[in-house]
Amino acid sequence: MSASTVVVAVLLGLAAGLLAGFFGVGGGILFVPTLLALGLSQLEAEATSLLAILPTVVAGTWRQHHYGNVRWRTGIVLGVASIAGAVVGVQIATALSEDLLRRLFAVLLLGVAAQLAWRSRHAAPYPSKQ
Amino acid sequence: MALKLVLIGLVTGLFSAVFGVGGGIVLVPLLIIVVGLEGKPATGTSLAAIGITALAGTILYGGEGYVEVGHAALVGLPAAVGAVAGTAVQQRVSARALALAFSVLLVAIAVWLLV
Repeated sequence: MSASTVVVAVLLGLAAGLLAGFFGVGGGILFVPTLLALGLSQLEAEATSLLAILPTVVAGTWRQHHYGNVRWRTGIVLGVASIAGAVVGVQIATALSEDLLRRLFAVLLLGVAAQLAWRSRHAAPYPSKQ
Repeated sequence: MALKLVLIGLVTGLFSAVFGVGGGIVLVPLLIIVVGLEGKPATGTSLAAIGITALAGTILYGGEGYVEVGHAALVGLPAAVGAVAGTAVQQRVSARALALAFSVLLVAIAVWLLV
């Protein structure tokens, strides 16, 4: 891995974190393509993205808790229920071909882009004013 | 409400593991539309839930040998710094402009992945 590659990866990580803090997402949507560019396979990139999400959401949650924006009971119920979904999701992802998984991910990006563009035209996107 | 939360959690967990994302993209709108949270509590609560979801996914994928710890640190640690800045920026910048810029970036990445 060259020095310039490392710099680009760090910058993209920083950008992913900014978006995570801003939109309340984990940043995985930018981690996965960044990790692919670093040479990981689609499955490795997705799995590694999930680990990279952890420091991001711990920092983001800490700040949001400080601002009084975390409903802990709701978050914990959602998180615990999501474990069962994740068990099934890993089975599905490992059963699919990496090429199909990569294409599905690209479609996901287009869907998210469309959603964001629509929201930016019709109403304030998720966060902002209460 | 508890049943709704469990169903939303299941969907988010599935989505998260299939795509390697936190699932906030589906979770935040669902928290606003179905659960009735306001924007900022929805983003804050989403982050807390994603922590549990991503930990589960990491353990499940890690058991199969797909997790590259060094690469995760390379992008994840700067992102933690970015996340602190992002929550602060949330108070100031136009959400509209940032959403549009983000959507353009995602389209560019999608094109790169598809061709």
